[in-house]
Amino acid sequence: MRLKSWGNYPHVEGENYPVVSDDDLTDVLTQKTSLIVQGNNRSYGDSAFAQTVIDMKARDHFLDFDTKKGILELQAGALISDVLESIVPKGWILPVLPGTQLITIGGAIASDIHGKNHHNVGTFCQFVKSLRLMLSNGEIIKCSNTENVQAFRATCAGMGLTGIILDATIQLAPISSNRIKQTSHKTKNLKHTFEIFNENNDSSYSVAWIDCLAKDQELGKSVVMLGEHETEGELEYKYKSRHKMPFYLPSFVLNSWSIRLFNWLYYFKTKKKSQSVQLQSFFFPLDSIVDWNKMYGKSGFVQYQCVIPLEHSYEGIKALLNKISDSKQGSFLAVLKRMGCANDNLLSFPMEGYSLALDFKVNKKTLELLDTLDEIVKQYNGRLYLCKDARMSEDTLNHGYKNAEKFRKFRQDTESNKTFNSYQSTRLKL
Amino acid sequence: MSTVLIIGANSDIAKATARVYAGFGYDLILAASSLEVLDPFVNDLKIRYDRNIDTIELDILNYQSHAEICKNIPKHIDGVIVAVGYLGDQFKSQNDFDETQKITDTNYTGIVSVLNIIANDFEKRKSGFIVAISSVAGERGRKKNYQYGAAKAALTTYLSGLRNRLYDKGVSVLTVKPGFVLTKMTRGLDLPEKLTAQPKEVALAIYSAQQKGKDTLYYYKKWRLIMWIIRMIPEKIFKRLDL
Repeated sequence: MRLKSWGNYPHVEGENYPVVSDDDLTDVLTQKTSLIVQGNNRSYGDSAFAQTVIDMKARDHFLDFDTKKGILELQAGALISDVLESIVPKGWILPVLPGTQLITIGGAIASDIHGKNHHNVGTFCQFVKSLRLMLSNGEIIKCSNTENVQAFRATCAGMGLTGIILDATIQLAPISSNRIKQTSHKTKNLKHTFEIFNENNDSSYSVAWIDCLAKDQELGKSVVMLGEHETEGELEYKYKSRHKMPFYLPSFVLNSWSIRLFNWLYYFKTKKKSQSVQLQSFFFPLDSIVDWNKMYGKSGFVQYQCVIPLEHSYEGIKALLNKISDSKQGSFLAVLKRMGCANDNLLSFPMEGYSLALDFKVNKKTLELLDTLDEIVKQYNGRLYLCKDARMSEDTLNHGYKNAEKFRKFRQDTESNKTFNSYQSTRLKL
Repeated sequence: MSTVLIIGANSDIAKATARVYAGFGYDLILAASSLEVLDPFVNDLKIRYDRNIDTIELDILNYQSHAEICKNIPKHIDGVIVAVGYLGDQFKSQNDFDETQKITDTNYTGIVSVLNIIANDFEKRKSGFIVAISSVAGERGRKKNYQYGAAKAALTTYLSGLRNRLYDKGVSVLTVKPGFVLTKMTRGLDLPEKLTAQPKEVALAIYSAQQKGKDTLYYYKKWRLIMWIIRMIPEKIFKRLDL
């Protein structure tokens, strides 16, 4: 059957293989080759696709919850939305939350996701106390910072290429309200945006929406949003989606003019400097529109997320924005974020510096543009985020990920490279 | 706190429905033929929702046991949801009456045996709700699954009679007619993506229809129209079709 990722690009052939029991998993390991595990299929590109896609969604049981210490043990197929519905009322939250709650715990680990608080707390895997991994020979091992450390470092951010993540034990963070105090700063240009980030580096959460069609004096014009947990209030939490994208928009709807209009409205709509908002609207604004990816039309879109090390962040981001603005291939969603230090996981994306994330409608021109952006990222020693990637080259990967060779060696030593191969890992020779 | 009895709790739709009801604050009693398999799920429900979850062993084909089991249900129940179902093997059933009987008894006779008892109880105390999962397959016999379809048609008719009988006793009866749903039962079948629902979606729709006191729920909703069209095709033509 035809497999479609969240970005609807690329389309590939493959078979969906739902699993429930451990026996189902050992069966699929003995029967098939070229496997990759998939969570809720929210990766943008081809990282969760292979000839056989192991669908883990049915393996979503909560196994244990210590409500005093905030330690949750659960199966990899559980959704973050389900986790929040269960833990927020008890005064806990996941210490790292991505931009959507519709991803699985296994996916969060395999991509070592980060959130708006990366500059303070690091990535998701830094709160994984331990996990159980099924290797390609069916053997199950437990790994953590102290046990099977090598496997742990390779599996966290390992894009599902080291084995099947079965379950994990996660340290939660305490909260006393389901609301966030959000403060917005409108900035005039990139320099100003960086200043605001620097001034607010102790803020719990920070992220900037950036107008990537702005030019010259206004290049890097943004709305920087900061957030702090409220200390008093209710703890109710229900996942809600309010609107549904019923069909694919024709791809001409999103063009540089409509994006310009949207950006203009967004910038001027932001009036209130400070307001109290629900957790959901702060962390997952797009989740309120089901299937928002259809906005980009049937030919799909690619997301481009890179990080540039701190010493070159300003020049690097400026060069990228200049290139994008010149190309007029506007990105509807452009997000800038100050990142904290890198961790020891071999393929973990974040590093100290600034990350820029952009969405582009797929066409020949944008793909060419992305190739030129790759060169800028390389020039400033940055790297691209694997769970969003659908098209980077092996060279770009090797340039950005200094531990890629170590990762390849781990795969060879454990023979996981004979069983687990996604379209992405084949493309990148991982 | 209200309590719901879910029969056939090992099915995917039942599990999804259990989560929805527990999420809305109901305590649950889960009935299934094998409780051992159900254990991890019960543990999951308790952790997720902090509700009381009881289990009882119930074999839908062991009719003699049903009265005793229903009498010994540990608490007062406010509603029952029946999600027992067996698709069976149509081809096998044509040559093997045991298979035919298993399809008929699991999807119809067994359910009737249990619901007769519960319906009398609800009628006596003039409250309660009954939800049972039938199927759009019961709307017209097709060569691919008419044994299953015939049993579901009987169930649909039974539920409609029950609804009629219990209407002025304040007991509601909801007939759920799912189209294609991605479950263990349909695994391996090549189902059209646009017409195939997730168990979670069905469960939410069941909860909402039951709370509103509706009579029939098609899911997806478009199945109502599709099945209307299929029912309207004259038999002269229908018998020639390969649907």
